[in-house]
Amino acid sequence: MSTSTISGARVTSVTRAPGSPARRRRKRWSPGLLFLAPSLLILGVFVLWPIAQSFYYSLFDWTVGADSQTWLGFGNYVALTQDPHFWNALGVTLIYSVVTVVLLVVLGLLVALALQGEGIITRIVRSALFFPTIVSLVSIGLVWKFLLDPQIGLVGGLFDLVGAKPIPFLTTPSLALPSLIFVGVWKSVGFAMIIFVGGLKAVPPERYEAARLDGTSRVQTVWYITLPSIRPTLLFATLILTIQSLQLFDLVYVMTGGGPLFATDSLVNLLYRSGFVNYKTGYAAAISWVLFVIVMIISAIQLRVFRYDDVD
Amino acid sequence: MSTDRLAPAVLRRLPHPDGLLINRILVRVFIGVGVVLALVPFVWMVSGSFRSEADLFGNPSSLFPGSITLHGYESVWLQLPFLRLLLNSFVFAGVTTLLTLLFDSLSAYALARLRFRGRTLCFILVLVTLMVPFQVTLIPVFIELFHLGWLNTYQGLIVPRATSAFGIFLLRQSFISIPAELDEAARIDGASHLRIYWSVILPLAKPALATVAVLNFMNLWNDLLWPLVVTSDPNMLTLPAGLTLFGGAHVTDHAVLLAGAVISLLPIAVAFFLAQKYFVAGVSTSGLK
Repeated sequence: MSTSTISGARVTSVTRAPGSPARRRRKRWSPGLLFLAPSLLILGVFVLWPIAQSFYYSLFDWTVGADSQTWLGFGNYVALTQDPHFWNALGVTLIYSVVTVVLLVVLGLLVALALQGEGIITRIVRSALFFPTIVSLVSIGLVWKFLLDPQIGLVGGLFDLVGAKPIPFLTTPSLALPSLIFVGVWKSVGFAMIIFVGGLKAVPPERYEAARLDGTSRVQTVWYITLPSIRPTLLFATLILTIQSLQLFDLVYVMTGGGPLFATDSLVNLLYRSGFVNYKTGYAAAISWVLFVIVMIISAIQLRVFRYDDVD
Repeated sequence: MSTDRLAPAVLRRLPHPDGLLINRILVRVFIGVGVVLALVPFVWMVSGSFRSEADLFGNPSSLFPGSITLHGYESVWLQLPFLRLLLNSFVFAGVTTLLTLLFDSLSAYALARLRFRGRTLCFILVLVTLMVPFQVTLIPVFIELFHLGWLNTYQGLIVPRATSAFGIFLLRQSFISIPAELDEAARIDGASHLRIYWSVILPLAKPALATVAVLNFMNLWNDLLWPLVVTSDPNMLTLPAGLTLFGGAHVTDHAVLLAGAVISLLPIAVAFFLAQKYFVAGVSTSGLK
């Protein structure tokens, strides 16, 4: 039985490539969706449907497990615009993202320019700089929280050594966010470097040859040859890093808990607190949609950029 | 003056006229500072896990222990349900990664090799989920798991994360690059699609599979927000969630938490030394958390 089916299929695919309509439809119908079924089921139930649900919940004063939910319309969104904590969290998140991304792109590019080679030492140095990228933000947050502790930390100890009074970085409102930015940059600079090294390697060497014949300086070469050549990588890195930093949570949760005085209260931290500590589910859903819209706008820019790149 | 004498020799090796010795030294200093900054926190972390509280408070400027004590590593098992946290992390990251590899590669095979109605739509749906920030789905998924009775269970931790749009995308790209003649030949020999997928495509796509595996395992092992939301029972927490929760409330001894952090870092660090290229490949194509 089975052999005849197989030989039939072979005849269809090899000698009568277009096949008879009935047979083609039967062949098209089955295996593809079966292969996709597990992934589609999971993505459907746990990603796609929840996106819509999230918006639905954001229209209610939703309480998990309650018999009936109070319809608010856009009440949660109106409440957001009047909530100083929301504006504070939006500000914290945007400041963190802009400063972190600018620093990461500049530093990552500088490091990548210095470490493009394939020598053994260069590669070891690249590995060392990349290492923090693979470590969990929880471990990193914990270690930096202790390092910056004025009593036991190495940073405070070094202040002590030169006779200065150790600064309580994480408990001073004006210094807490800059400290988080420092740790965020410290963790991801190797990641930015790796992306840029990839971009730099793809630049055709002829472009540099031409520049060298013209006697341009190193700085001029970077500015006029390298940067325009790696424009797609530059935009890719910027957007990826922006999307990541907009989702700032782990470092806040581990290092400051959003304090002192909400100085490091990010959007996702506010979302977590509203939804899973204060159980204001509908309100938290509204915050998640604000985040979603911001990220979608940035992804749309990203897609445009890549399409532009394809046409290139 | 010595710079003047060295400069011509250096210049000959350099592509740029102003690549003088002083610039090269500055670049090396810059990179050297970077490497020190990148590694010192890890040295301090490991050293701190062997230090006593008295040593930490007494010599905060010291990078190394005055005397080595193992009490951090001893107490971490007593003060936290540490063995359980470790087991949970391995089950969560390990099982989820295995399921993801299976489901993602099946999907990628369909998208790369099979012709059927709705294929483009399926691919677009996968791409859409790539762009959605995970936090948007957090609340509805939490409510779904609540109604399923899956909070504080392994299936609650694992099933919603058991496929990754990025994995499907990356594996599809890899499968497409495998010559179609190979599966034509297998089909002529009478192989089914399942057979071709398992015996022809998967063995040829090992580097891509390794990349997806490494990236997934790392992200899951390191994840905080997801286990924090799905689990509240101390016996169901993973290492990162456990370390933060207990770190705040129960443990005041720094060496204990540092010992926990070191142990939770070890599997990833070992994997990194063994399979660095897959980390680099995965991380630089995806962008991670």
